[in-house]
Amino acid sequence: MLRLEKRPNPSRFWLYATPVVAVVLTMVFGGLLFALMGTNPFAVIRTIFWDPLFGEFAFYLRGQLLVKAGPLILIAIGLSLGFRAGIWNIGAEGQYIMGAICGAAVGLAVYPTENRLIFPLMILAGAFGGWAWAMIPAILKTRFNTNEILVSLMLVYVAQTILAKASTGFLKNPEGMGFPGSRNFSGYPAAANPELIAGSGLHWGGVAALIVAVAAWVLLSRHIIGFQIRLSGQAPRAARFHGVNPSRLVVLCMGLSGALAGLAGLFEVTGPAGQISIDFNVGYGFTAIIVAFLGRLNPIGIVLAGVLMALTYVGGEMASTNLRLPAAAIQVFQGMLLFFLLGVDVLTNYRIRMAKGG
Amino acid sequence: MDFGGINPVILIASLMVASVPILLAALGELVTEKAGVLNLGVEGMMIMGAICGFITAVHSGSPVAGFVGGALGGAALSLVFAFVTQVLLANQVATGLALTLFGLGLSSLMGQNYNGIKPPLTGALLPGFLREIPVVGPIIFGHDWMVYLSILLVAAVWWVLKATRLGLIIRAVGESHEAAHALGYRVRLIRLGAIAFGGALAGLGGAYISLVRVPQWVDGITAGAGWIALAIVVFASWKPWRALIGAYLFGGITVLQLNLQAAGSRIPVEYLSMSPYLVTILVLVIMSSGRGRAALNAPAALGQNFHATR
Repeated sequence: MLRLEKRPNPSRFWLYATPVVAVVLTMVFGGLLFALMGTNPFAVIRTIFWDPLFGEFAFYLRGQLLVKAGPLILIAIGLSLGFRAGIWNIGAEGQYIMGAICGAAVGLAVYPTENRLIFPLMILAGAFGGWAWAMIPAILKTRFNTNEILVSLMLVYVAQTILAKASTGFLKNPEGMGFPGSRNFSGYPAAANPELIAGSGLHWGGVAALIVAVAAWVLLSRHIIGFQIRLSGQAPRAARFHGVNPSRLVVLCMGLSGALAGLAGLFEVTGPAGQISIDFNVGYGFTAIIVAFLGRLNPIGIVLAGVLMALTYVGGEMASTNLRLPAAAIQVFQGMLLFFLLGVDVLTNYRIRMAKGG
Repeated sequence: MDFGGINPVILIASLMVASVPILLAALGELVTEKAGVLNLGVEGMMIMGAICGFITAVHSGSPVAGFVGGALGGAALSLVFAFVTQVLLANQVATGLALTLFGLGLSSLMGQNYNGIKPPLTGALLPGFLREIPVVGPIIFGHDWMVYLSILLVAAVWWVLKATRLGLIIRAVGESHEAAHALGYRVRLIRLGAIAFGGALAGLGGAYISLVRVPQWVDGITAGAGWIALAIVVFASWKPWRALIGAYLFGGITVLQLNLQAAGSRIPVEYLSMSPYLVTILVLVIMSSGRGRAALNAPAALGQNFHATR
């Protein structure tokens, strides 16, 4: 009979090894799933994890990698701050949508003025939109002790209906011949978020993601607020004695994660997506939860995890066109990864021992 | 007897049907939470129930088999949660989210070839002449058997939790797992049972959506019903009959806004369709504010994992 024994301190080896083990386990079990569906598992795994980096079309796909990783990293870093402190913002998808709508609205309001200040203003508006949307669960939590998980999630559905209204109503392209969707930002240079280096896939969102990752690392390891965040998550009682104000922390963490999700939304809508449309959001806000855990809630880890998750998106698209693998299979694959991560994590805090009897 | 194009008798009859999925899911989650486990994967278990039930019903031609399949599908997925949280001691919030993400993906993978198919019909339970009685006919006698079963289940869960030894054990495990363990109860086994029960009811509720409410298979068919069910458990302050009231309230709002849309109300469709979610938030605020009245009734060990040191 196997028995778990709590370690006196979390194992440093397993802290870094668990994400790797989880990825390998996901590849094995995902491969089994792909085999069950009648595709060649080795071909699929190679298409997802190898071809986008070193395959025939890598010159194009590597760029796609940054396009997908940017928003995932931005959102996941915001979420990780809250997750560390036990504040569960799971409505990043809604904040992403609202950031995109607010930012785009600012740009479209001054169309077709050309001014260098327009894009920075839109960035501010995008961050504000996400921040404001995250403030709803934050303030309800601090004032009325309402569960932030449920409120932030409900607001995703509300944001989606607002998005539908925006793309068919108040942000609709007046010259769009009745089709839903806003003006395309690629035709409006002052408000567009183009590729910065041709072929690299790097746009301002990717730059922002890297800056934010460094800033978050400094915050967590060098700043008193980072210390308070970590303390509140690991020892809530000690945090209270230390004088941490829990309400302030909720407002701060929710606000930061909301603003970052809003930024991600704005960069997406002005760059790769190009316009506000009913389905421009593709679930980055939810996938970012997986990215945050895969990166062990550590900014540097999240950057790596974001690139890996982007790989599954890009490779998954390849696999669905080349090998007819259904798009949903990738979603299952990503979900599986989170399960394995959470499950394997037991090794960080516990030792497995043989025990006689029960 | 119409008010603004809406017939109140039909409204009440249809709200009873509309609330079955969230009622079943909320009831299952209530039992799970009473045992001290917070499973945020209700949405994932519901949608697994929806697709498993749909596939079973289409292939067997029997809606009853479909509902059994849905319950099994939900329970099977909940066992994954049970394993990861109870055996591997993972964080329940994160694992619940994983369950939802995984369930949404898996259901859409399983349902690829089932778009646009009609499932076998679930008819009314009672003979026609009863249904033709004005007012009470449609409201009391006009439903399919799942509506009655859901109400019976509320009574059964209430009775078991309140008046039986099993209910006492479940509550003991949820209030203080250390004490229950010291008394010799197998905490994790009991929690496993409660999680599986919650999964089965969520699956049953999901199957009701794909077999009766919609009735066909669409990706993401549950559209947040699982999250609303979680909110109803808080609204009900962990009491089964209040869950019934909560579910009927939400069912009522859903049906009312659909009727208003159909009746061509002047309120834009978008605002109507976001109303169930806004009302959920409003209710959560009211329930959690009054000096934590609702919070006081929450099981004391909710969301904490148990690891026996001795």
